[in-house]
Amino acid sequence: MITRRKLLRSGAATGLAMAAPGLFAPAIAQGAKIRLGYVSPQSGPLAGFAESDAYNIDAFLASSAGANFEVIVKDSQSDPNRAAAVAKELIVDDGINLMLVASTPETTNPVATTCEAEGMPVISTMAPWQPWFIGQQGNPGDPASWKPFNYAFHYFWGLEDVIAVFLNMWNQIETNKQVGGLFPNDADGNAWGDPNVGVGPGFAAQGYTLVDPGRFQNLNDDFSSQINAFKAANAEIVTGVVIPPDFTTFRNQALQQGFNPRIITVAKAILFPQSVEALGEAGNNLSSEVWWSAQHPFKSSLTGQSAADLAADFTAKTGRPWTQPIGFIHSLFEVATNVMGRVTDAADGDAVAAAIAATDMNTMVGKVAWNGVGMPPFAAANVCKTPLVGGQWRRNADGTFALVIVDNKTAPEIPAAGTMEALA
Amino acid sequence: MIWLDTIVQGLLLGGLYALFAAGLSLVFGIMRLVNLAHGDLIVFAAFLILVVVQMTGLNPFLGALIAAPLLFAFGWLVQRVVLNRVLGKDILPPLLVTFGLSIALQNGMLEVFSADSQRLRAGPLESASVDLGPVTVGIMPLLTFASAVMVIFALNQIFYRTALGRAFRATSDDPVTASLMGINPASVFAIATGLAMVTVTIAALFLGMRSNFDPSIGPARLIFAFEAVIIGGLGSLWGTLLGGAIIGVAQTVGAQINPEWQILAGHLAFLAVLLVRPRGLFPRAVD
Repeated sequence: MITRRKLLRSGAATGLAMAAPGLFAPAIAQGAKIRLGYVSPQSGPLAGFAESDAYNIDAFLASSAGANFEVIVKDSQSDPNRAAAVAKELIVDDGINLMLVASTPETTNPVATTCEAEGMPVISTMAPWQPWFIGQQGNPGDPASWKPFNYAFHYFWGLEDVIAVFLNMWNQIETNKQVGGLFPNDADGNAWGDPNVGVGPGFAAQGYTLVDPGRFQNLNDDFSSQINAFKAANAEIVTGVVIPPDFTTFRNQALQQGFNPRIITVAKAILFPQSVEALGEAGNNLSSEVWWSAQHPFKSSLTGQSAADLAADFTAKTGRPWTQPIGFIHSLFEVATNVMGRVTDAADGDAVAAAIAATDMNTMVGKVAWNGVGMPPFAAANVCKTPLVGGQWRRNADGTFALVIVDNKTAPEIPAAGTMEALA
Repeated sequence: MIWLDTIVQGLLLGGLYALFAAGLSLVFGIMRLVNLAHGDLIVFAAFLILVVVQMTGLNPFLGALIAAPLLFAFGWLVQRVVLNRVLGKDILPPLLVTFGLSIALQNGMLEVFSADSQRLRAGPLESASVDLGPVTVGIMPLLTFASAVMVIFALNQIFYRTALGRAFRATSDDPVTASLMGINPASVFAIATGLAMVTVTIAALFLGMRSNFDPSIGPARLIFAFEAVIIGGLGSLWGTLLGGAIIGVAQTVGAQINPEWQILAGHLAFLAVLLVRPRGLFPRAVD
């Protein structure tokens, strides 16, 4: 079979390279810069995830290791089709040596799939591993058919970690263990709300009963039916994976209609401080999973900065509060540098893929090593898990919010700064 | 009891949809122009109110008062400079222009305001509610509904009680004859779009206080608004209010059965009305 790589190699030998000099020159020339392709959603609804891109890439290129690299950035426009198209452009037209991709399955999956098909090594992050790994399989419904990838590698956490973190947080407060679930009709909502492999069975294992009224459309204007269902079940906890506008609508309607749960723990909606600030007082003590924070006890292998340094520097340079993606975007370039430091020929995709698989390093987001720890066998070669803890948003007197880590049983190395508090 | 609550919540939701639809109904009724950028214009108006509120520290209601004349001017300009050039026998060019306007607005807002989720803060009013015996309703949805009724009432007064309204109706019925009578359709259209932008400001005010908005959420608001207009019948403003209420109630009743049916139920109600009355419930003019 003729793969792209074989064609390129034989092409170079037969002088075909002359026809497209721009394509090969960097890889062949000694000491030329290594080309990294980077795809992220810089515009569109997912743009919040990519807000630290420019900051992180500038900082990376300014570091001593970064001098050996060139980063070619493409915007997915929050569109999976566009993500696949720009990934192809990066591989074919820009002749990159390694692909980096981040932020939600809508971005990571099309890029990783394209790279796998083209034989281009790719490091991906910031999407729970189930939608990343299973979502890219030919038949997601049949576990027997799932195959590992040769060139695609991912590091983040999975649904099982979210379940553990949520339960640990809830166990800190006395409740009747009735949980209302808000799961929209999208990739995340369907994965979380699945009665067999979603969060329900995990909750049930510790005696929590999930009340799931059913899937609703994103950008829903009315949550009375969910509120009525939760009231009827006397739910004291509400959880879910909702987009920010829907969560605000729900929270306001719940308050208007006199539904006051003791705990609200949601993913996605309250990821960014701006979304929580939009809730005002109703945002105090909402809880969520935390994948990175300024309090994480990790250091950059590139710059030696601590998590707190990175967050402070970001705020100083951009005037914006720190967000969880900052640490992860930073770590992508750490991993890329580490991998490229261990290969002799950056243009040899198989060697680069082998180097990624052999990674074992400490990064801004914790240890990254594709050694299969904590992973089921089918995905062990391609997925590495990073630590996940639970946090609560606490409202300061001036109306801003601070994310306080309230549960670290799942990752004791990350210090907890408080304990879970019930909603007022 | 749950059913009564469901219907009341549905009616209040219908008020929101009618508010979204009022401007669309006005423009559609007078110019036969389907404004695909209507949803984005609502979001744009919400951002403008936000800017006013942030600059002056006023509350959103007063902020909207300042934003409304600005948006009237904006609507007037857009109609004069852009849309009037493409209005004609063929309905496709204006449709395409508003489609382009929608994309340009979304990306322009993304560039200026970033993708951050924003919100118009209304303080304790947001979660306040009144107990009406069997049901508890929020003050904010109640205000939304009342505003929708007021907007429709005011538009109707303008339509049927003023010289401007006569010009609107005349141009809507037959622009050529109207212009023979000394009416300039181009300027009537510009005023109509300006007026539509004022209703858009009010819709934006309640959208922004009810929930978060960001540059990308506009188009999702368009479809319900459009259905409300069609259900009500072309050119009928009270029909638009009723159309909004029908969709709102259909959605909450559908959701009460199963949340997956919420949106579908609204669309089914729309189709059902079209089957029985293909021209909507109260069509004003004969096309």
